[in-house]
Amino acid sequence: MNGIAYTRFELLRTFRNRRFLLFSLGFPLVFFWLIAAPQHDKIISGTGLTYATYYMVSLASFGTMMSMISTGARIAGERQAGWTRQLRISPLSVGAYFRAKVLTGYGMALSSLLVLYISGSLLGVSLPAGRWLAMTGLIMVGLLPFAALGVLVGHLVNTDSVGPLMGGLVSILAFLSGTWFAITSGFLHAFGQFLPSWWLVQARNVALDGHAWGVRGWVTVAAWTAILTAGAAWAYRRDTAKV
Amino acid sequence: MTQIATTRMDMAAHTDGGLRLHNVAKSYRGPEGPIRAVRGIDVSIAPGETVALLGPNGAGKSTTIDMLLGLSAPDTGTVSVFGRPPRESVDAGLVGAMLQTGGLIRDLSVRELVAMMASLYPDPMGVEEALEVTGLKAIAGQRTQKLSGGQTQRVRFALAIVCNPELLVLDEPTVALDVEGRREFWSIMREFAARGKTVLFATHYLEEADANADRAILMAHGRVVADGPTTEIKARVGRRTLRATLPDVDPSSLAGLPGVASAERHGDAVILSCTDSDQSIRALLEHHPTARDIEIAGGSLEEAFLELTGEPDVDDSAMGPR
Repeated sequence: MNGIAYTRFELLRTFRNRRFLLFSLGFPLVFFWLIAAPQHDKIISGTGLTYATYYMVSLASFGTMMSMISTGARIAGERQAGWTRQLRISPLSVGAYFRAKVLTGYGMALSSLLVLYISGSLLGVSLPAGRWLAMTGLIMVGLLPFAALGVLVGHLVNTDSVGPLMGGLVSILAFLSGTWFAITSGFLHAFGQFLPSWWLVQARNVALDGHAWGVRGWVTVAAWTAILTAGAAWAYRRDTAKV
Repeated sequence: MTQIATTRMDMAAHTDGGLRLHNVAKSYRGPEGPIRAVRGIDVSIAPGETVALLGPNGAGKSTTIDMLLGLSAPDTGTVSVFGRPPRESVDAGLVGAMLQTGGLIRDLSVRELVAMMASLYPDPMGVEEALEVTGLKAIAGQRTQKLSGGQTQRVRFALAIVCNPELLVLDEPTVALDVEGRREFWSIMREFAARGKTVLFATHYLEEADANADRAILMAHGRVVADGPTTEIKARVGRRTLRATLPDVDPSSLAGLPGVASAERHGDAVILSCTDSDQSIRALLEHHPTARDIEIAGGSLEEAFLELTGEPDVDDSAMGPR
């Protein structure tokens, strides 16, 4: 019960934060219009998708990944400011704290998704309601490893290094996962499938025939979620053991 | 939730027992072996008392406070707050605290931040009341990142009391404040304490303890070296040094002046250790009007502690971490 009001204030804080608006919402939006608008109804060879559909999902995966990992920056900042310690002398449980953080990350991710869906629709992306929902659902599931990664990063690094780390990590993951250009064969294709972000980007294939992941996708996402959650739990314990 | 609510409503019972530390010791791992921050202390504080925890840096004050708040567990001994483990009292919303360090999170207004904290507790005081008590009404709409040092400290105080605690713990709350900020802070604190709350604050200023607490517990090197009414403690450690140029006067005659505990000569200068420097200087000028270059300095607490403990350190290991 007390976590709900806390989460509401967290969301409020986030949407007042200019850096968030810039990186998680503004940046993907600008790139979407720059890349997709001039040739929005052209098909990208090897994918069967139009530029508009392809880049709508690609940049949504970028923005939502950013939203989830930036939880780490927020946790690191709160640790450094001593706020986390202040919360430890309140009845807010550790579980409720992380729940609030992850829910806030999802709130940010959903809004990033929404602005890209609207932009996509304006550029002619048209899907049955069921497919919009399926796509959204897959992206939400695909973000689970990144929710854990955010908590992990937040307890591992300090506020000075968290920004460059996040920016670098998301850029590399986006590149290897086919956010900027289609990867349809070769080494990068084989390698990319081991990354959780790959499957986030693959959610675009829902637009083709309603299916996107297959067993491999689900297993990869589940495995990363398990690994990163264990990592986050370890980092949290290591961090709080010091008092 | 229901359990907590019931406990809160049982007003007579929930502060029973006050605070108790029994035979408590705590060590930390330091770069050169363990640091024995607290070395076996016994303290009881009754509900409604305002107590100052007084001592120089490294005396073990913050470590003691951490244990009272359930932030760390003692190596040996027991700690209880209102008859239960500290963590349970914290969860029941009976404890509010202002830690030594700590900033505010940004992008919320003062009112929103106080409301955010209030939302975590079973039976908080109203947000408006907390703002009123701490004098924050006028700046309640301002964003937390735009406050001055004194305002920030008052917001942190509001965050500590918005749960309507029975125990308020303040760890060196005025360290970053100017004189006016201090005065303001303590007057707010006293007003809150007057509601029958138990207050424990750590400080290394004797004057703060004297002005704001009924009782002072002195700590040095992880031990309690004195515990009693502040007036008594002040008499024991509140010595000042009076220094004057006054040749040709026998220091032993000066030692007999009112308020002077001891006197010695350094060349042309005499140095008087005074229990009441006001009386001493009047008497000195009356008997020796030629005295000049007079300086009066407050003795540091560290010196006072040395006097009380009789030796620089009770054993060879280093002092506590903070």
